[in-house]
Amino acid sequence: MTIHSKGVISACFTLRHENFLLDVALSLPAKGVTILYGQSGSGKTTLLRCLAGLAYAKTGSLSVDGHRWQGDGVFLPTHERPIGYVFQEASLLEHLTVAGNLRYAQFRAGSENSSNRSLSNQELIELLGIETLMQRKPHQLSGGEKQRVAIARALFSQPRLLLMDEPLASLDTQRKREILPYLEKLRAELEIPIIYVTHSIDELSRLADWVVVLDQGRAVANGSLADVLTALDSPMQQGDAGVVLESTIVSREEQWNLMTVGFAGGELLLADNFQPAGTKLRVRIDARDVSLTLSRHKDTSILNALPATVVDVSAGHSQGTVLVKLRLGPKSTAAADEERQMNSQSGPDRDNGELLLSRITLRSAEHLGLAAGSEVWAQIKSVAVL
Amino acid sequence: MDENLAAIWLTLRLAATVTLVLLLVGTPIAWWLARTRAWFKGAIAAIVALPLVLPPTVLGFYLLLTMGPDGPIGALTQALGIGTLPFTFWGLVVASCFYSLPFVVQPLQNAFEAIGERPFEVAATLRAGPWDRFFTVALPLARPGFITAAILGFAHTVGEFGVVLMIGGNIPGVTRVVSVQLYDHVEALDYAQAHWLSGGLLFFSFVVLFSLYTFNRRASTSFGPGG
Repeated sequence: MTIHSKGVISACFTLRHENFLLDVALSLPAKGVTILYGQSGSGKTTLLRCLAGLAYAKTGSLSVDGHRWQGDGVFLPTHERPIGYVFQEASLLEHLTVAGNLRYAQFRAGSENSSNRSLSNQELIELLGIETLMQRKPHQLSGGEKQRVAIARALFSQPRLLLMDEPLASLDTQRKREILPYLEKLRAELEIPIIYVTHSIDELSRLADWVVVLDQGRAVANGSLADVLTALDSPMQQGDAGVVLESTIVSREEQWNLMTVGFAGGELLLADNFQPAGTKLRVRIDARDVSLTLSRHKDTSILNALPATVVDVSAGHSQGTVLVKLRLGPKSTAAADEERQMNSQSGPDRDNGELLLSRITLRSAEHLGLAAGSEVWAQIKSVAVL
Repeated sequence: MDENLAAIWLTLRLAATVTLVLLLVGTPIAWWLARTRAWFKGAIAAIVALPLVLPPTVLGFYLLLTMGPDGPIGALTQALGIGTLPFTFWGLVVASCFYSLPFVVQPLQNAFEAIGERPFEVAATLRAGPWDRFFTVALPLARPGFITAAILGFAHTVGEFGVVLMIGGNIPGVTRVVSVQLYDHVEALDYAQAHWLSGGLLFFSFVVLFSLYTFNRRASTSFGPGG
């Protein structure tokens, strides 16, 4: 059943616990950030504990990047799995200082894999901003500081897989804002796969490369971030439907305090964040912030209007609305649009444009006669820079 | 007066030996009781707690029988060439260990249980195996429990009377501990000596309990609320 191959994390678990049943069979990429997303009680923490060997699923198999951890009579106990684990609540060893906690991990870390991390321990301490905390005891730290130390400690053990169980859930909004940038930096710097449990759409949007949606112990969606966000039958559409675009700062218009960011199929004008051109940037566009027109409106205050083609239309979750899936990119006939630099993007690239979702009323959809293949302009009212 | 000092010295020697033995023996028992889900856990816990409710003379009676020349332990010690244990210092040590066992095991068990599962899971994710986890997580985190257990075990052994009388009798310098000596003084109507010893024991007990409670308060604050 499981594929025993490199580059893949294959996990099958059936675990009954009182009246809860976890029953999943997943194949995940052994790189980047995989988000296990779902409401509380959906089984995401249980799945993570099965991956760590902290929970034991009698019927289960697990192989990580070609190494078998469970199945075929094998069950590696937790301390023999090369993992790092960040618990939901602070979990520092209370009898040790911060430095002592880090040493505890470092001392037991296998040295054979030290090459699989691009950051040295010292760089990690600086990246997480804990260099001034080293001599403190855990009870002298704030919640956010404790979690940063816990993250550093997990990485000090030279893991080949980093598991994080809602590391921000026990923190208030202020502390979340304090830690998220560190997580984004780690995401960019680490070469090991991260499996990250959350029920926050914000954390998902910022960190995910791959998404597994869990509901009542079952995986109801499993795919790349874009695929899961834009599948019209995806469980994600029950909440705030929207897409996340991976973009790059192209140029800035200093007189307007604006900058242009580019991605496959278009460009957006955003409030300047004063980062240099070339910086990568994730932006989230909610479906309810996208309206559609059949022709380009020039007499509008809306800054961003992108040409797009309708891929699919489906009934929205709330009555009287529809969700429209769009492929961004210039229409072949409008390739001469003078204001946008389309360069070479008019031809074959058209199929590779990013997907966008728009939630409009059923009445408007009928009125505009929208169907797969319709060419429209997507007016974007608001963009969240993540 | 020399007899009193001999009794005090013997008592301290006995209590120190018993405390040491009980910390070594009681730790694995307490660890097992704190962690096991075996169906017979209740039975073992009850046996360990028996000396709390049993009259010391009952315990002493059975120990006298088993350690005596016709008892199983007596047969074993004779076969090993040690002779029989009753009416010797080591006989007192063995009997006192049974007698004070719950006073050492229960604080340790409570301390181990209070640690919870999480620190052990944390240590396991940091590659610490079971023995490693016991020595680097369980023992340090249960430190207040060890101090309580040592003090209670020591103090309780100092105060025993019934078991000593049954197993040890009343041999000066060998088995005549403070409580027995005190009994002798009262029997002989030597109240001056009895006052001296009683007052000493009273003072000792107070100091022990006072330092125990002071330590426990300090320990709980130094680990911090919710720590």
